[in-house]
Amino acid sequence: MAVYAYLVAGYLILAGSYGIVRSRHLVHAIVCLSVAQAGTYVLLIAVGYQRGGATAPVFGSTTKPNKHVVDPVVQAMTLTDIVVSATVTALLLALAIQINKRHGTVDPDDLAALRG
Amino acid sequence: MPVMVATCVIMACLLAVVGSHLPRWVVDALAILTMLGVTGGAVAVLHETGSGRLHVWLGGWTPHEGVSVGIPFVADPMSAGLGVLIAALTTCALIFSWRYLDAVGGHFHALMLFFAAGMEGFVYSGDLFDMVVFFELMGAAAYALTGFHVEDESAVEGGLNFGLVNSLGAYLSLSGLALLYARVGQLGLPQLGDALAHHKPDALVVVSFVLVMTGFMVKGALVPFHFWLADAHAVAPAPVCVLFSGVMVELGLYGVARVFFTVYAGTIPEDDIRRAFVLIGAVTAVVGAAMCAGQRHLKRLLAFSTIAHMGLFTMGFAVLTSDGVGGTAVYVMGHAGVKAALFLIAGVLLARYRTIDELDLYGVARGQRLTAVLFFLAALGLAGLPPFGTALGKSIAEDATSVAGYDWGPALFVAVSAVTGGAVLRFGARAFLGLGDTPDPANLAEAIPGEEQPEERLSGRTPITILFAVVVLLAGGFAVGVIPGLGSATAHAAERLIDGTGYSGQVLAGQPPAPLLPEPAAAWTATGVWLGLLSVVLALAVAAAGLWSRRLRWLAALTPAMRRLHRVHTGHIGDYVAWLFAGMALLVALVGLPLV
Amino acid sequence: MTRLTRLILFALGGTVMAVAFVLAALDLPHFGTSYHPYRDLAVPAAVQHHTANVVSAVNFDQRAIDTFGEESILIASVVGAAALLRPSKEETERLVPDLGRTLQSTRLIGYVLLPVTLVIGFDVVLHGGVTPGGGFQGGVVLATGLHLLYVAGSYPALDRLRPVTTFEIADSVGAAGFAVIGLIGLASTGAFLGDFLPQGALGQIVSTGTVQVLSGVVGVEVVGGMVVLLSRFFEQEITVQTGDD
Repeated sequence: MAVYAYLVAGYLILAGSYGIVRSRHLVHAIVCLSVAQAGTYVLLIAVGYQRGGATAPVFGSTTKPNKHVVDPVVQAMTLTDIVVSATVTALLLALAIQINKRHGTVDPDDLAALRG
Repeated sequence: MPVMVATCVIMACLLAVVGSHLPRWVVDALAILTMLGVTGGAVAVLHETGSGRLHVWLGGWTPHEGVSVGIPFVADPMSAGLGVLIAALTTCALIFSWRYLDAVGGHFHALMLFFAAGMEGFVYSGDLFDMVVFFELMGAAAYALTGFHVEDESAVEGGLNFGLVNSLGAYLSLSGLALLYARVGQLGLPQLGDALAHHKPDALVVVSFVLVMTGFMVKGALVPFHFWLADAHAVAPAPVCVLFSGVMVELGLYGVARVFFTVYAGTIPEDDIRRAFVLIGAVTAVVGAAMCAGQRHLKRLLAFSTIAHMGLFTMGFAVLTSDGVGGTAVYVMGHAGVKAALFLIAGVLLARYRTIDELDLYGVARGQRLTAVLFFLAALGLAGLPPFGTALGKSIAEDATSVAGYDWGPALFVAVSAVTGGAVLRFGARAFLGLGDTPDPANLAEAIPGEEQPEERLSGRTPITILFAVVVLLAGGFAVGVIPGLGSATAHAAERLIDGTGYSGQVLAGQPPAPLLPEPAAAWTATGVWLGLLSVVLALAVAAAGLWSRRLRWLAALTPAMRRLHRVHTGHIGDYVAWLFAGMALLVALVGLPLV
Repeated sequence: MTRLTRLILFALGGTVMAVAFVLAALDLPHFGTSYHPYRDLAVPAAVQHHTANVVSAVNFDQRAIDTFGEESILIASVVGAAALLRPSKEETERLVPDLGRTLQSTRLIGYVLLPVTLVIGFDVVLHGGVTPGGGFQGGVVLATGLHLLYVAGSYPALDRLRPVTTFEIADSVGAAGFAVIGLIGLASTGAFLGDFLPQGALGQIVSTGTVQVLSGVVGVEVVGGMVVLLSRFFEQEITVQTGDD
């Protein structure tokens, strides 16, 4: 199917966002954010794929430099983004830890300090 | 240009490590000196840019025959001006923090410098993915800075709401970028613009547009992506709020403008965008003003006034003329000065009295004469008193909206400035002058528990560094309105911003920038001055109405609607994401349906 | 908003966005297309700079400023998380006794794999310009490899062999190092992050100019950042407590 990979990516993004909407636990919400992000990566990598025997964009003794490789740019974008978003997720988790300490709960329904 | 970003990062890294071993004043001095250096660099860039564009291909990857694999940094007058604003505001915020904040080793200063680096990178970047990267850098530093006072329960909650929603926005922008990349195969703004010029706007283009803009609109706190801003501002330390309201939120609008003019202007019809963004701007302005009037916590009040003003800025941009965009730019500069000053004064009040709740401060600050004077000056500036910069920007933008056919534009501008200015004046009157009836808690929003606790308890005279920062900012906001030629310089800058094809031509192929139109009428007009004075008078009336609301029976009719609006702002992260998707759907409908 | 209202609102917004996305996906070039203009430019450029791993070339040479931004995000998040997880006034740190039991087999595998993982990690970082890998990937391998000490052993063991300050310094040095190399590039080639080191033949380890150096620097930073991050979380969970019980 010509668009299946893209639809998977879109589904992941939507599912992750849905998870945040109905979440009852902040850590769950943050993990859902990671799911949505994973959808973005799937989309990027899928955009870069090429059928017909395209190889990885690394040349060595077996692969002479040629243009019949998958797109290296999206791969570069994705790999840096993965590592970086791990740390941003850690930042959000640190906030969640502190929320738990101060409020005694991590259920968004119970956290009402910022109403109005 | 990249040197500025690099310097911020290097110093930030240094401070993060050795900050705990150095005496506090050394850390402060290093941070402030770095930012002063960056400000100088930004001014130099502005000077070099003149009225054209300055660009550099990083890594030496200059284009051959119009293609390149590298990333350009581009400074046109608008981005160079924003670069100066960012650096100057950060410097003032750091000067204020000197005596205000108890920092953990070097962490606070390091985070501020990272924040500044992210903003500067965002403003100069000429590549869409690079913009998203620096957008995330801005975000990461901002989330940590918002929740910095970890003992404050609202601070960490505000930080998480901010972090989750903004990160989701950034990821949505990234997916829009992926879609666009699949079609065009390029990531740089000039290349994207060239490729999309005269392209038929099909579903792919529209959806990628909406997705990319979502991240920027979340940052820019446009309705319905705005919920996080009040949460974050209410709890972040005052110097951080200075940066948030003064420039970070405006950068969201800059992102929208930059990407639209360079990439999508050749394909999505202007009328569509005009209609969509005027509507969004107007709704944002009204919602912001309405919420603002009902707040009792000063920082949350100021946050909603920022949202309201962002709505006005968006309307100025949405008319897509150089007058509108230029007027917005002037308005942004003036607003940055007065809003920043107001936030710093809020910080002073918090340090002195441990509360910035209107009910608790009733009459308490009566002796603070200097602070009161500065507060009222800033509030009047916010309401649009000529010759503050806000009034000049407001008058140019108002004019632009009515010229573009929106006759109700000026009325909205006046009304929103009046309501927001009035709310701030009302607060000041209660706190500093003890005027008005005892406020009725039923009419105002609920109190926010757990105030931030700056370690420096202020008693006696306000330290000179704090006053210095406030005065400098206020003077800056004032100066924007009186410096001759600023108006026309900004209008020229707006022209450059709007010229997307010129951008690609110059950056990719080295074509010289197009000659500018002759002197635009971007200066004080009689109508502008009168409307400004009208706003101030109305603001005083609004303040009076707020102060003596019990005697005005007809105000009670507004209360149920206001209460419903307040209840929508729940602080629940699930609500925010639901609204985010609703907002995206709305934008898709507004932009996409006319094209079907 | 009640739960139901929230879900209805999201259902409306989500459905519209899903439909829009499907329409956009139908307009995309089909999956597996051969239309990749940026790749057509990037591969020759990488070969021209004698870098065998085109992905690393894109990351550290052609779009190095992106990587600079990303690694700044990394250290900013680490500094932010460290600031957020700092012990507050009413908390103290205590020493934790060496409790807990791990299976003998876990312990064996952990201790055997620890040096292996570390070597692999170093290899991935050092050969970043030549084989798949690079600073980011290798750094993560190294950092998590180090924590095999925790999985196979115990927290005090990890604590003894992992001086946090050293890793903090590594983190900052790595991040700042990237910028410094960029500035050196500016000074010598006139372009920030320009390639100024000699480039050898394609496929050799010392061939790729600044790509190698930047990859190594990023590796140092990632290791430092990840270890510091994990250590702060460990401290929060294991050693920090409220009051003095």
